Amino acid sequence: MPTRSDVERVLLPLGTAALAIVAWSLAVRLTHTTVFPSPLKVAAGLRELAARGVLWRYTGDSLRRVATGYSLALVLGVPAGLALGWIPALASAFNPVIQMARPISPLAWMPLAILWFGVSEAAPDLLIFLGAFFPIVVASMNGVRSVPAMYLQAGRNFGLSTPRLLARVVFPAALPQILVGLRIALGIAWLVVVAAEMIAVDSGLGYLIIDSRNAGKRYDLVVAGMLLIGAIGLVLDVVARRLERLRSVRWGFQGETA
Amino acid sequence: MTPPPKVSIRGLSMRFPTDGSVIEVLSSIDLEVKDGELVCILGPSGCGKSTLLNIVGGFLKATSGAVLIDEQEVAGPDPRRIFVFQERGVFPWLTVEGNVGFGLFRLGAAERAERIAYYVKLVGLSGFENAYPQELSGGMKQRLEVARALAVNPDVLFLDEPFGALDSITRLVMRSELLRIRRAEKKTILFVTHDIDESVQLADRVVVMSTRPATIRRIVEIDMSHPRDLSSPRYIALRDLLLGEIGLAHKI
Ligand SMILES: Nc1ncnc2c1ncn2[C@@H]1O[C@H](COP(=O)(O)OP(=O)(O)OP(=O)(O)O)[C@@H](O)[C@H]1O
Ligand SMILES: [Mg+2]
Repeated sequence: MPTRSDVERVLLPLGTAALAIVAWSLAVRLTHTTVFPSPLKVAAGLRELAARGVLWRYTGDSLRRVATGYSLALVLGVPAGLALGWIPALASAFNPVIQMARPISPLAWMPLAILWFGVSEAAPDLLIFLGAFFPIVVASMNGVRSVPAMYLQAGRNFGLSTPRLLARVVFPAALPQILVGLRIALGIAWLVVVAAEMIAVDSGLGYLIIDSRNAGKRYDLVVAGMLLIGAIGLVLDVVARRLERLRSVRWGFQGETA
Repeated sequence: MTPPPKVSIRGLSMRFPTDGSVIEVLSSIDLEVKDGELVCILGPSGCGKSTLLNIVGGFLKATSGAVLIDEQEVAGPDPRRIFVFQERGVFPWLTVEGNVGFGLFRLGAAERAERIAYYVKLVGLSGFENAYPQELSGGMKQRLEVARALAVNPDVLFLDEPFGALDSITRLVMRSELLRIRRAEKKTILFVTHDIDESVQLADRVVVMSTRPATIRRIVEIDMSHPRDLSSPRYIALRDLLLGEIGLAHKI
């Protein structure tokens, strides 16, 4: 027998999605629009994309770009944030630069990225890196700064050297906050890749959308691309949230509903 | 010949600079603690008990005076002397086993596992080896922190109001647990509290502090053997003596 929480977790969202599709379908029919596609047309568009082989290729291209830019942001951002959080002088030196660079939309870097790298893979990778890097750095830095002094004192009391203290106390204590930053950064990376692909390259889901409109006003493919982007974004978020359920970080998410 | 004191506090003073002025927290404290002795430091809130314990533990530097342990001046924290906080000091990212084994990184795997098993059992946490602190009650977390401290086999323990956050029943249970553990593992214990009953139940001697700047008002020997009868005339007399020393009336 399904429990109440099963119903709420699975049936309720599915029901809402079904309702939305019905409403969309009715709206298209009632307004007799010829431009905006119906759900059935969009489904046919998805099949067409799959048959042409671009569905998987473009999805793969977008995911690969996110993987590249985001991995770089992760590998550089977490250590940078840990260092900034641990060494106050470093934070004083770099915080103004970081706080100024952070509100610049990654897309504003586009002209420079194209100037430096031309229309190539490197341009979207750079934008994704920039979009993900700052949230990761700031979350890691704040995570380290908010480690309770008691944990540090206990670590020192047991005779830990500074590297050991960082690895065995500071990092695990900051990890819940770092994971939140990583999840937010992944969402940003996924937003940025679509926008970057509309300008800088000729493949990927962002390119699919802009190309479908420009070459023949194929709004069925535009909407199909949008739905794909949304669905993949959802999957990425669910995967990132999974990490927050690991038992060694669960304590940092107490009082939050799943 | 009397053996040298385990802990010797000599002319200790502590002043904190605060914006503009300086507050004097400790004023020429002298105290000697014998090896294996359990000394309670009793005083009103804010008088400087935690400050004193942090200095003795090597976490803070005194403004003047010195602390000697085993006739050596304390220069910093040391795994031979472990500070136990209220139960919030356990590491929430480690299991019970992980916490108990935290300080044992210098040992080989086999000895480590053996010690963990021994201390988990000693503090009555068998069956919870793989539980995380958030799955434990306050009293269990406190016992876990004591086990983490004992596992590195320190010879001095500093306890700063370790049972302060627990309910009164758990607190009583924890006190007899501490006395039981102390029979198994002879340690020198400095125990900070502002609970008069707690000090009479646990201590060999109670050091009564004045309000800030703290000085030692009086040292009271608790000349009762364990287990102590909480309704005996001697217990009540000692408690009343301490109440008077703290400057409180006997009625409420
Ligand atoms: N780092 C510090 N800087 C400035 N003042 C401090 C500092 N640490 C403690 N104090 C002051 O020293 C005094 C004694 O503090 P302490 O924590 O030692 O008191 P306590 O006796 O442990 O109190 P309680 O019973 O409430 O825990 C307080 O007035 C506090 O404000
Ligand atoms: Mg205190």
